[in-house]
Amino acid sequence: MSFEESERLESVPPSGIRRYFELAEEYDDIISLGVGEPDFAPPWAARDAAIGSLERGQTSYTPNRGLRELREEIAAHTSEKYDLDYDPDEEILVTAGASEALDLAFRAFHDPGDKVAVSQPSYLSYVPGATLAGADVIDVPTRPEDDFKLTPEVLEAAGAAEADTLVMCYPNNPTGATMTREELAPVAEFVREHDLRVFADEIYAALSYEHEHTSIATLPGMRERTVVFNGFSKAYAMTGLRLGYALAPPEAIEAMNRIHQYTMLSAPTTAQHAAIEALRNCESDVAEMRAQYDRRRNFVLSRFEEMGLDCFPASGAFYVFPECPWEDSDAFAEALIEEQGVAVVPGDVFGTGGDGHLRVTYATGLGDLKEALARIEEFID
Amino acid sequence: MSSREQILPLLRENARYSTEDLARQTGLDESEVEATIQELERDGVVKGYRAIVDRDKVEPERVRASVELNVTLDRETGYDDIAERLAKFPEVQGLRLVSGDFDFAMDVEGDSMSEVSHFISEKVAPVPEITQTVTHYIMETYKEGGVEFGDGDDDDRLSISP
Repeated sequence: MSFEESERLESVPPSGIRRYFELAEEYDDIISLGVGEPDFAPPWAARDAAIGSLERGQTSYTPNRGLRELREEIAAHTSEKYDLDYDPDEEILVTAGASEALDLAFRAFHDPGDKVAVSQPSYLSYVPGATLAGADVIDVPTRPEDDFKLTPEVLEAAGAAEADTLVMCYPNNPTGATMTREELAPVAEFVREHDLRVFADEIYAALSYEHEHTSIATLPGMRERTVVFNGFSKAYAMTGLRLGYALAPPEAIEAMNRIHQYTMLSAPTTAQHAAIEALRNCESDVAEMRAQYDRRRNFVLSRFEEMGLDCFPASGAFYVFPECPWEDSDAFAEALIEEQGVAVVPGDVFGTGGDGHLRVTYATGLGDLKEALARIEEFID
Repeated sequence: MSSREQILPLLRENARYSTEDLARQTGLDESEVEATIQELERDGVVKGYRAIVDRDKVEPERVRASVELNVTLDRETGYDDIAERLAKFPEVQGLRLVSGDFDFAMDVEGDSMSEVSHFISEKVAPVPEITQTVTHYIMETYKEGGVEFGDGDDDDRLSISP
């Protein structure tokens, strides 16, 4: 007997981000603009609620779908903020991070040979998630000239009309792109016309700076074919607490919950208590964090403009996605770590469409951000 | 959002941001930033700028006390009159009229405990309207001006993550 990898796993390459992580780890005193998580701590009220729940010994399993109280808060919150009305009993599933919810959705709705179109560049888990579920992936590279927004043209050109599912994420990691209702409308039309389902990763919904976030599920005819993913990692800076949720019609939640009940049982209980408090009483903390990200975004974009680094005005999440001044963005990122002690992530790590760009995170205090940008400027000169 | 609304929270966060840094963060011109700050100062919205200092780390350490004052008013004397009189003393660093068991909360600072005690007994207590003083010497400061003292937390995030 050996531990030979399954064919499915063999087709999943190791994460391309690993290399830069290992490289960055070799150096002390590095300023990293390569992280994919907030630099803030979760609102104290939420942490305090988590501590309180531990003191009361509330550490048992919760219902598979999550605490009813939490699902009610999620329903009220998403309805108020994003006009997404979902029934807490039948249409919401609380998971260990939005990542778990995505994995459940890939496995719940795909048979071997089904096709999943993935809008790219994108978060690293979508392609492996679809592949592990046995589906074939269709790359849909978005274009710099569209500011990395998804359009019917790029969907058409990539052959996404043949897909069963479209995976998209706006506000986007890694580009920071957002899409307005008007820009989503033709995408929704394409989706309806070709009868796709949509996995809409909206984990950065709270971090849209130029306009209110619009969920594609709120467009006509989309609710019944969309699973919306969100969670507490980005808006509430609760990454390590591992808590997310899916919103979808009852039959979809029922299917995803059938896997979840066997593999996860329930999302972390302590995190669920923190999340209830976060939704009830931490809106002002979120507003303050958003205001700070927005200022840093302005700062970074203004500095890039000054140093002549081409960068579209990213308007969401906490990333900007400038063009790499060198042809080889991998070599640039490596040299930047080695020579200036600044870490960024080359865009091609995030899939086709990302090549020739760099993902720069501004979830870093202004002091470090300023210093890192000065070093990048020196490096380019 | 007005330029005032943009600039004020930033000054409160860090009054030493350069005009250039303020301009970059808000998207305003540097000249606009300058004009806004001047306007805030002229209108008395911004009263001044000073550092938040952890006094434990400075020698010689000054003594600070928080003093509760009870007063009785009469026809000729109101809270404002008493406050004005007290606020003139340089030893008084802060003065607020408060609700609850006492009337004024006053912050006093001096070089030694005896200096502060002397000030309270000689200058404050004799004011005719002041009926009672309770002096609390500050023993340790954990947070001031919204800033927590202590060593701060390290950034323990992974240096690169998806």
